[in-house]
Amino acid sequence: MLAAILSLGCIGMVAAVALGIAAKKFAVEVDPRELAAMEVLPGANCGACGFPGCAGYAKALVAGTADINQCPPGGAEVVAKLARILGVEASASASEFAVVLCQGDNSKAQLKYHYLGLEDCTAAQRIADGPKVCPGGCLGLGSCQRACPFDAIEMTATGLAVINREKCTGCRKCVAVCPRQVIRMAPSEATVHVLCNSHDKGAVVRKYCQVGCIACHLCQKAAPDAYKIENFLATVVYEHHNEAAVAITKCPTKCIRDFSEGYPDGSALLPAVADKPHAA
Amino acid sequence: MHAVLYSLLPACGVAVYFFGPSALSVLLIATLGCLATEAVCQRLMGQPVTLADGSAAITGVLLAFNLPPSSPWWLTLLGAVIAIAIGKQVYGGLGSNPFNPALVARVVLLISFPVQMTTWSAPAPLGSGLDLVTTATPLAEWKNAVMLTGQLPDEMQGSMANYFLGNMPGCLGEVSALALLLGAAYLFYRRVLTWHIPTAFVGTVVLLSGLFWLINPAKYPNPVFHLLTGGLILGAFYMATDMVTTPVSTKGMLLFGIGCGLLTVLIRLFGGYPEGVSFAILLMNAATPLIDRYLRPHTFGVLAGKA
Amino acid sequence: MKLKTFAGGIHPPDNKQWSSHKAIEDCPLPAEFVVPLAQHIGAPSVACVEIGQHVAKGQEIGTAKGFVSVPVHAPTSGEVIAIEYRSHPWGPSLPAIVIKSDGDDRWSTELQPADPADLSANDMIERVRQAGVVGMGGAAFPAHVKMSPPPEKKVRTLIFNGVECEPYLTADHRMMLEEPERILQGMALLQSVFGAERVVIGIEANKSDAIALFEKHCLGTAVEVVALKVKYPQGAEKQLIAAVTGKEVPSGGLPMDIGVAVHNVSTAAAVTDAVIHGRPLIERICTVTGPAIREPKNLRIRIGTLLSHLVEVCGGLVEQPGKIVLGGPMMGFTQLGFNAPATKGTSGLLLLRTQDIDPRPEGPCIRCARCVQACPIRIMPTTIAAYARRNLLAEAAEYCAMDCIECGSCSYVCPAAIPLVQSIRYGKAAILAEKRKSS
Repeated sequence: MLAAILSLGCIGMVAAVALGIAAKKFAVEVDPRELAAMEVLPGANCGACGFPGCAGYAKALVAGTADINQCPPGGAEVVAKLARILGVEASASASEFAVVLCQGDNSKAQLKYHYLGLEDCTAAQRIADGPKVCPGGCLGLGSCQRACPFDAIEMTATGLAVINREKCTGCRKCVAVCPRQVIRMAPSEATVHVLCNSHDKGAVVRKYCQVGCIACHLCQKAAPDAYKIENFLATVVYEHHNEAAVAITKCPTKCIRDFSEGYPDGSALLPAVADKPHAA
Repeated sequence: MHAVLYSLLPACGVAVYFFGPSALSVLLIATLGCLATEAVCQRLMGQPVTLADGSAAITGVLLAFNLPPSSPWWLTLLGAVIAIAIGKQVYGGLGSNPFNPALVARVVLLISFPVQMTTWSAPAPLGSGLDLVTTATPLAEWKNAVMLTGQLPDEMQGSMANYFLGNMPGCLGEVSALALLLGAAYLFYRRVLTWHIPTAFVGTVVLLSGLFWLINPAKYPNPVFHLLTGGLILGAFYMATDMVTTPVSTKGMLLFGIGCGLLTVLIRLFGGYPEGVSFAILLMNAATPLIDRYLRPHTFGVLAGKA
Repeated sequence: MKLKTFAGGIHPPDNKQWSSHKAIEDCPLPAEFVVPLAQHIGAPSVACVEIGQHVAKGQEIGTAKGFVSVPVHAPTSGEVIAIEYRSHPWGPSLPAIVIKSDGDDRWSTELQPADPADLSANDMIERVRQAGVVGMGGAAFPAHVKMSPPPEKKVRTLIFNGVECEPYLTADHRMMLEEPERILQGMALLQSVFGAERVVIGIEANKSDAIALFEKHCLGTAVEVVALKVKYPQGAEKQLIAAVTGKEVPSGGLPMDIGVAVHNVSTAAAVTDAVIHGRPLIERICTVTGPAIREPKNLRIRIGTLLSHLVEVCGGLVEQPGKIVLGGPMMGFTQLGFNAPATKGTSGLLLLRTQDIDPRPEGPCIRCARCVQACPIRIMPTTIAAYARRNLLAEAAEYCAMDCIECGSCSYVCPAAIPLVQSIRYGKAAILAEKRKSS
């Protein structure tokens, strides 16, 4: 009994000493600021900063190869904290939301063919440019939904991606994955958008979509500064976004929408959102 | 999938013939229990309920086949819940489970309730007027004798013909090699089964047990005994061939079958349990991802040794 | 005798009874032709005519751009009325030359017949290139490129592909029966170009009449007629080579790496026209078939004929088709309608009814391994598809995704209706894009 206790104790002792020496000798120097930055970052490892995960970003921050405002999910809060840790001036992070510039779901926009296959927009786009007649509209197969690290995108039953602004952190993952570039980034304070992504002529758009922009210029007449029309598609000039609302009622196809009044098809996915929750 | 269900009918019939109403109740409780558990799990996880695909029913019948005819109702029901909830649905449902659900349940029950799980009834064919009496399975009979005396028992209770027909104590579905082979023949005919795993499994058991038998026939039983008693036929044709939990390549299937056979013989001859088929299959299930990784089919035009 | 074949593959119902007994008919000329500038693998050709210009039959209207490219020619005489984006069998709209027929169907005077005895191998290859000949089994790879292997890769075995393993299609079968001389002549020409020692023509055993005919014709010549087991994809290049020679084309390599070249029988016929008659590739045999067409036929069509015209010629539709496929059901291109023109690779127009289409929704994979057993190149389709769908590209590549020949056998046998081949194609495209990005 005694022998057992003694021998085990000795083995334990030797191992402890060896471990202690090894820890001292092979210790890797970590900048305490890097650890602190890691603490502050959201830890979603979403990659929006362009570095391999939060740890990579923290390392780059300390090395001075990254700016503190490159973490869209963290928002202003994280920028302020990082500024304190790294001792630099805090500049406001570009706070942006992703917007799906389309409301032509399967009930409103015409389909070219019945797609049976891989549930993936890029795969569907490879087959005769996608099942929708409209060359720019949302394909509704949910690639963005699966790409979103924050669960901010939902698909409606009629096949349209809808972004929940309360959850969206502006990480741009959905923008990168969409094969039709129908998801765009917009400043968070801009709530009025032209929800169309088709550059076809008005007469063509009318044929395949009930809610597409037909480039009639009525919005521009109502608010000249707030809208620009290029290639048969109106877009909101975000610098003048607060003037844009007056044109909403003028649009004959109802493709201009104000998100502060809820989402167009009445779904409760997008409540009135004015500020980002963590932007304070 | 439904073909598998049909193929199990002869064995169900034999079980009911030899073990009477208690076999029927075990079958019903296990099947309905599995169906109910599947429905509840899928409802809870907000998934479509897919009872119609038949997979839960198959698990239920196979679970019943792996239980003694005298199993109390709660044991059977518990087995059904374990099989579907822990064996299958926690991994994501059909196609995602690493282990054969029915065997997971059987092994959990065997370890947790050894008394109930090893209380065997002697067969009492319908109309014979016999009552079910408690007895030992041939494998257990042999094991006990070897453990006590180091020798085969002088005389076994059953004959090989009875073993083949199913007239022996044992789990519900494992007793009749004849009925199981009939069902398997149907599956081969429908091309649901391929020959690889059953052949490799049974072949390995016969070869290895034959080897030991030749070395010491006084201690080790002959290969036919191994073949006809216990769950070897049930395991080799129905449990080890569960597609979800076995390798996809031909080479992989053969290795899987050989591994099962090897482990079965080792457990039967040298292990504490008289029967090793379930453990053998579960252990090889665990090895399946590795087998799939290292025994891939040889891609067309890739030189041997490369990639 | 045991028929030669390869390992794996599937046995779909061949459905050739619709049209296999129908003799080739000349398709009446439509009033208007739409000739796409991209009909082959490689760089599309460039229009060399102007709107309003009058062109003669066989005149070059699009010039080749680069080595892996071929010119296109006017299918009839008439006026160029437009050069614009038109519906294309590949899906998106692509540039095409629209020609209004003048009804004369007059050959261009510039085309010169030649005696092959006077031509060198290079002359012949040049004539084939000028004639715009492509592989006519469906892939439409420029024939002259295949005919010019680098000098260190000597082609010793020349295989002619008369397999036609796609269900429904009978175009090659009819051509072998009705025009064996054209094919044999082309085979001889190609043999002289390659200097091949062994010439084989492979025909699937379900075309016993064609096998007998060619055996009769080839008696006493060096050409071997090989009957092959009826199995899909027996006519895929690598599978055909494996069946005939027992050798496997190395992964990522070409048939010439093992000294083999494969040409379709109808390509051989087109080579005859090009080299001996100086005629460009402006027509081909096309099977119009399927349960939704009133009168299935084997037609000799001009390149650029609209599909709607083909339907009309075949008596119209029995009912609104559920699926329109250009080519065979396994590897053909599904069409949105009848607006696209037939191209050099159009071996068939298949019209299926709604009830002929498998409507099952996708189920979970239960690892039944049927795809693994069916795969003719012995990869693991279910594993690769699962990786590709999760964008795990390195893993998909490790499991030999790039070796996939997209024959569709895996999707065909899958009891869970998983779009396996589509997933693998998606993965292959993503792997290639990744490679391009990193290089």
